[in-house]
Amino acid sequence: MDNNKSTLPDGRLGRLEGWGMVANGVAHVFRPTTPEGITEAFHAAASSGKTVGLRGAGRSYGDASLNNEGIVLDLTRMNRILNWDPTDGLIDVEPGVSVRQLWQYIIEDGWWPPVVSGTMFPTIGGCAAMNIHGKNNFKAGPIGDHIVEFELLTPAFEVLVCNRDNNAEIFFAAIGGAGLLGIFTRIRLQMKRIYSGYLDVEPIAVANFDELFDVFDDRVSMSDYLVGWVDCFAKGPRAGRGLVHRANYLDKDEDSEPERSLRVESQELSDLIFGVVPKSVMWRFMKPFVNDFGMKVVNEVRCMSAARTPGGHTHRQTHAEFAFLLDYIPGWKNAYKPNGLIQYQSFVPAASAKHVFQTQLELTHRYGLVPYLGVFKRHRSDNFLLSHGVDGYSFALDFAFQPNLRAEFLSLTAEMNRVVLDCNGKFYLAKDSTLHSSVYQQSLGLSAVEKFRSLKQRCDPENILQTNIYRRLFAE
Amino acid sequence: MRLAETRNIVIVGASSGIGESLARKLARPDRCIALVARRMDKLDIIASEINAKHSSEVALPFFCDVTDHAGIPKLVDRIASQMGGIDAIIYASGVMSRIEPTEYSTGDDIEMIQVNVAGAVAWLNAVSKRFQIANKGIVVGISSVAADRGRRGNPVYGATKAFFDTYLEGLRNRLERFGCMVITVKPGPIDTPMTQGLGRLPLMISSDEAALQIISAIERGQRVVYVPAKWKPIMTVIRLVPSAIFKRLNI
Repeated sequence: MDNNKSTLPDGRLGRLEGWGMVANGVAHVFRPTTPEGITEAFHAAASSGKTVGLRGAGRSYGDASLNNEGIVLDLTRMNRILNWDPTDGLIDVEPGVSVRQLWQYIIEDGWWPPVVSGTMFPTIGGCAAMNIHGKNNFKAGPIGDHIVEFELLTPAFEVLVCNRDNNAEIFFAAIGGAGLLGIFTRIRLQMKRIYSGYLDVEPIAVANFDELFDVFDDRVSMSDYLVGWVDCFAKGPRAGRGLVHRANYLDKDEDSEPERSLRVESQELSDLIFGVVPKSVMWRFMKPFVNDFGMKVVNEVRCMSAARTPGGHTHRQTHAEFAFLLDYIPGWKNAYKPNGLIQYQSFVPAASAKHVFQTQLELTHRYGLVPYLGVFKRHRSDNFLLSHGVDGYSFALDFAFQPNLRAEFLSLTAEMNRVVLDCNGKFYLAKDSTLHSSVYQQSLGLSAVEKFRSLKQRCDPENILQTNIYRRLFAE
Repeated sequence: MRLAETRNIVIVGASSGIGESLARKLARPDRCIALVARRMDKLDIIASEINAKHSSEVALPFFCDVTDHAGIPKLVDRIASQMGGIDAIIYASGVMSRIEPTEYSTGDDIEMIQVNVAGAVAWLNAVSKRFQIANKGIVVGISSVAADRGRRGNPVYGATKAFFDTYLEGLRNRLERFGCMVITVKPGPIDTPMTQGLGRLPLMISSDEAALQIISAIERGQRVVYVPAKWKPIMTVIRLVPSAIFKRLNI
């Protein structure tokens, strides 16, 4: 920072944290509602010599939406739905529109977002910047595959209309570009037609990694959604045991009363458990279990009850219930307080996935840092520049963070990263908090990094758009 | 946040004495330490020695005349931006003028107040505000055993340190409910430029030894740290001596 730059007043200083609560810091927070408000933040940046980091709902687990001691542009208040056409399913939204706003707006017309996250609170701008995927990634690709067009406001106050024909390079780089090229001021997405508010859901218990992969391979061609939950405490021949859920859309006429099931009220997750206990207090009951012993018990009990579901039986669940599993217990992450959690997710090509994930679980046991939750998904590759997509599988692991074991965590994840890198795997900026720049850049390929840098130079020549993750992973 | 977990540390008064020793002892390759002082020539040497030892850019020197109170918030902002936040601050600047037992030197006294009191308030206020917002941070103030009694040898030095003690106690009561930690360090005589030429003083230890003791006491969770620890019982007794007797003593 220049000596002759002015200091920003303290009034906007605020504490921000990543979703996992481990990464946090102080920044000057601007929360505009209009493009003029965005301009004001960039002027403040220019006069004080600070950088600007973009933030949506702050749902990235690590440091992707933080810009410590700089300016953070929180776009959640730019949340208008600009245009909706219920005949062709095209919707134009501002970046701060949440996934929740989106599905609730369109479902009664018989549409559903083609790709959603496991929670409904992220913003569409954030989803586009991270190029999120859902439990249907193997079939639907990432959200970027359903973005038709967007307007990108660059730090030079240029508005670029980007689609697959016009500014195509920027289109494929800004989606998944972590908000480092510009601000999506309007995003046009293609929604998916649905004929019922329900999905057919089939739970299938699996005893180990072999069964897990077999069930996925059997079901992948005939499923719309597939997700596996893994008990990470199980070792040896039982490693990889857990429960797979597959789900399929209903065809026309399979639901006798689609008008009813497509109503928002029919979708809504109940606020009560057993009809009496408010869910908002549930995390307090979880808290005593958030330790190695408690989570071992919880995983064991889940496996025992899951063992009674060998597959073949389906039940119906609403889209919201199935898609937004993470919202089932509001504030669940509070059970990880005060230290927070770190999520580790790697994406590995199909041929080496089993080997990599088995090795990763063994490593966590060797370090005595066992994840409390493992989530397994099928993916496909895509054309975006900073893509995390692979034709293979991903494994997401939730670790309770222990600040006194930071060095051990870093050394464990470094070993896990090495295995992923050796098999040409990928990493995901929305989840990451432990990668080193050299590992990340190698996983992307140096030509992709160079290309991203040159596009950043073109959109943001003064390098104003920066975040903690940018400085950590894109360092020269 | 424990001291061992801090990544970005600011040390004001890092060009000599306890500040310099703390900088050297706290340096670690994964840390960033802002060395702040008026004497840049000394700071540059200390920074380059630390960086050479850890073969990475751990130490960053910053010029500051702590009596320039108006410029401090801006410097805090600049340091915070450069490091990406501040986890801990150590205020180790302090001056003690040499005066005769019967001498009154208002100029020297005002300077002590400027550095030991006003400079401390300007720095720690600016940083505490951030810590309060961040809900984390460690404040370490290097006070003195001299704070515990008004001694005839140097009334104003003792008074500045008594101010500092009470100020740090107030900050502690204010900030600890925001998840921060405030530590008052009370060294006895330490072998530093401040005590040079005063001869062999009681219980004197080197500043490196003092730094190690300070770090270990903070790690043990102490909030008021006598250095060396023997001063704690001694000062407890000295504080209990009635004034009528204390004024006759040669302390």
